[in-house]
Amino acid sequence: MSQNLPALLVVVPLLLAPLAALSGRAKIAWGIATAACWWTLYAAISLLLRVQESGVIRYSLGGWEPPYGIEYRIDLASAFVALIVAAIGAVTIPYAGTSIAKEVSEDRAPLFYTAWILMLAGLLGIAITGDVFNVFVFLEISSLSAYSMIALGQDRRALTSTFQYLIMGSVGATFIVIGIGLMYVMTGTLNMVDLAERLPMVESNRTIPVAFTFLTVGITLKLALFPLHLWLPNAYTYAPSAVTAFMASTSTKVSVYLLLRFFFTIFGEVFSFEQMRLNMVLMPLALIAILAISLVAIYEVNVKRMLAFSSVAQIGYMVLGISFGTVLGVTAGIIHLFNHALMKGALFMAMGCVMYRIGSVQLDKMAGLGKAMPWTMAAFVGAGLSLIGVPLTVGFVSKWYLVQAALAEGQWFVAGVVMVGSLMALIYIWKVVEVAYFQEPDPDHEIIEAPLSMLIPTWVLVIASFWFGIDATTTATVATQAAETLLGAMP
Amino acid sequence: MSEGWIIGLTVLLPVIGAMAVLLLRNAPNAREAATLVAGGATFWNVWGLLRLVQDGARPRLDLLEVVPGVHLAFEVEPLGMVFALVASFLWPVTSLYAIGYMRGHHEENQTRFYFFFAIAIAGALGVAFSANLFTLFVFYEFLTFCTFPLVTHHQTEEAKRSGRIYLGILLTTSVGLQLVAIIGTWVLAGTLDFRTGGILAGTASTGLLSGILVLYVYGVGKAALMPFHRWLPAAMVAPTPVSALLHAVAVVKAGVFTVLKIAVYVFGIDLLQTLATTSWLAWAAAATIILGSLVAFQKDNLKARLAYSTISQLSYIVLGAMLANDLGIIGGGMHIAMHAFGKITLFFAAGAIMVAAHEKKISRMHGLGRTMPFTFGAFFVGSLSIIGLPPAGGSWSKWFLGMGTLEADQYGLLAVLMLSSLLGLYYLIEVPVKAFFFAPPEDAHHGEGIKEAPLPSLIAIGITATATVAFFVWPDLWYDLMTMVVGGAP
Repeated sequence: MSQNLPALLVVVPLLLAPLAALSGRAKIAWGIATAACWWTLYAAISLLLRVQESGVIRYSLGGWEPPYGIEYRIDLASAFVALIVAAIGAVTIPYAGTSIAKEVSEDRAPLFYTAWILMLAGLLGIAITGDVFNVFVFLEISSLSAYSMIALGQDRRALTSTFQYLIMGSVGATFIVIGIGLMYVMTGTLNMVDLAERLPMVESNRTIPVAFTFLTVGITLKLALFPLHLWLPNAYTYAPSAVTAFMASTSTKVSVYLLLRFFFTIFGEVFSFEQMRLNMVLMPLALIAILAISLVAIYEVNVKRMLAFSSVAQIGYMVLGISFGTVLGVTAGIIHLFNHALMKGALFMAMGCVMYRIGSVQLDKMAGLGKAMPWTMAAFVGAGLSLIGVPLTVGFVSKWYLVQAALAEGQWFVAGVVMVGSLMALIYIWKVVEVAYFQEPDPDHEIIEAPLSMLIPTWVLVIASFWFGIDATTTATVATQAAETLLGAMP
Repeated sequence: MSEGWIIGLTVLLPVIGAMAVLLLRNAPNAREAATLVAGGATFWNVWGLLRLVQDGARPRLDLLEVVPGVHLAFEVEPLGMVFALVASFLWPVTSLYAIGYMRGHHEENQTRFYFFFAIAIAGALGVAFSANLFTLFVFYEFLTFCTFPLVTHHQTEEAKRSGRIYLGILLTTSVGLQLVAIIGTWVLAGTLDFRTGGILAGTASTGLLSGILVLYVYGVGKAALMPFHRWLPAAMVAPTPVSALLHAVAVVKAGVFTVLKIAVYVFGIDLLQTLATTSWLAWAAAATIILGSLVAFQKDNLKARLAYSTISQLSYIVLGAMLANDLGIIGGGMHIAMHAFGKITLFFAAGAIMVAAHEKKISRMHGLGRTMPFTFGAFFVGSLSIIGLPPAGGSWSKWFLGMGTLEADQYGLLAVLMLSSLLGLYYLIEVPVKAFFFAPPEDAHHGEGIKEAPLPSLIAIGITATATVAFFVWPDLWYDLMTMVVGGAP
């Protein structure tokens, strides 16, 4: 079995998904989803360990050798991203059990969990596949299931935001498939390794830059880089709490991974950065995302929406790291993938707890919550410190590498922008702290602490965000190695 | 037990004390006893470490590697010892004072108060013992966050506003400037360790290093160099023991200590002398000295006046560091201790007046000296030390700072020091003089039922005032430690 682990990582959830749909009962469907999430966590950990030990895993699906068959190709970057997705899935699913029972009706819940499992399978598939068309297929699986989960949000605005996301997501997917098609026309292959070998031979043809451009726009739309982020705030705001936590920590991260995969592995950093001048596009956009969108977050009064804008700003940090095109910069980007997943997951989950108890995440409704829900708000502050980048939290580690990457290039201005961004995070996090701790609660409403089944998963992520901030050697080493693999020649 | 773990234990003891405070929250007497015991034990430990340092040992404790190459580690050296001694000695004394003050003033949430107070001391000791810039930064930020609940203790609208200014300025400077400088240092030097002679020499052009120096000095917002001083007056909304220990000793001294430490162990005196911005920063400090004094002049609220006096005095230490010679460093380091003892006495007295007579304004304190002679007497002694007059300890630190300006051929700066002392003479001595010799305002009810402050507070005032005088007669402890910092024989 262990030999087929790469396939099973995706196949097991894909098989479990219809079972969940057929179960007809929320509890059973949830149990199946939990099994899927925990299985993928186990598989992802084993795969990461194996890659660290013996290098890249190549696995031909169904025994069909590439270029005829689909190849799964797992290097350190893929395994790391797969682990992030699986870990967040495993932590959020127990949480979903409680929060979804309240937010989604019993008859729809089995379908909800089906979508959850499919999204998980899709995201994992993107991370480990070595075939560009397969990327597109998995991307659509994960996106379609995400649309349907968001549409199940309680608020009726969830429907319009789903529609908005559906349209923009489909535009992005179409751009990606056009880019893939153009590459196929020029090289006759869909396998990433073959593409990387053959593209330099046809590079001079105008078609390749066009393919590159289509892919860039498509992927940056999927990862919500400013100014293509418009679908994200509404989708995150109105989705069920558990979905927001799961999506915010995984789906944009996987898109950032795609960016790395296409630009570094397939096109190569020479073509991407020296010929196409990708950094000239990515860096300004990332900087604007950090500054402008943080400013928007400061003025937002719906906390979930505020965190969603903050996500767009944080994606700016990841893209900024990548835009340096150096090992240090890409390391910063990869490490922030992981770190941001932890902290934003925890923040959205804390807000889910608030939503569960008071039915709203409007700032003015949260007065005095520090006393009424001490553990929830403490989790929010703990993860918020990470977002600000206080030392001994994961947020600091990200900042450490990002600023280091900037200063190593002599970009003091960029380093300054990163710091201004974290100070802006301080402002919007502190707004919530002030309302929760400095205002008196409404005496008419008796508010009690969130249930343990939601608090424990939240705190797992909060503690992780301190743990990996205090001892970041493991994550830093993996991220550095992954960056080196991406920037080095493909073996 | 190895020497390293004594350091660990010393930093941990206040945290243990804080836990005890939390557990004993329903028994106020036991709770306060826990604070005092933890304080005494912490000081005992620091004293033990002092013996080692005086013998030339440099105890070290490596905790863990945070990111590859960057460690969380402690190392005790003489400069850190000065700061640790001051903070750990004054903590139990302030706790004693706080018992009288907090009960006399009927403050709420006293458990939270003692809890965060103890945690803040752990932060200050962490700063004092840090072995590298990263550890220093960790505890520096830690100190900012754990003093926030103390500053906003009353949870009023004013407290919230002040809390914003406090956190806003301290984090803006530390994250926006200091952290950039630290990461820059890491990129240039490849290490963050504090080493005698510095780590930055020869790593980059003097222009770039000059820039980094500016980032550092302004980035240490806790040193309150203008224009980043506004947080200190804002922090005065806190209960007086907080203002006394944290905003006259632990937090602000953590700031100037950081500046001294960076000057000596990151840049090194030799490198500092070659940088263009060094003397420029010395003048910025001089400007803060004068402006702080002038603002203090106009404040009628006693705590606000003391806050601006602190801003002014902190810049003496920054100035000492930027003189870039041995005498300046010695004077600056000694001023950490001398100013701490003097200023805490002043704050204690201010708090005592508030508890006993409910007066905050100087203009309403006329004649109070007759009913509170002990408090105002202590205030007078503290003032002498801040101004730098015998028989108080402050005269020594100012002496060395003055010598430092002469050595640097900066007669202008010497004049600034003189002028500031004259200003201090007026705005500090005014308070006891008016209290003793002026007639009370007509609507004041002095004398009716007002006695001296509660006994625990009076004992604390007595201890710090006595120490202030004692350090005039025996300044050797501080002088010897500081000579070791600049490389002289003890």
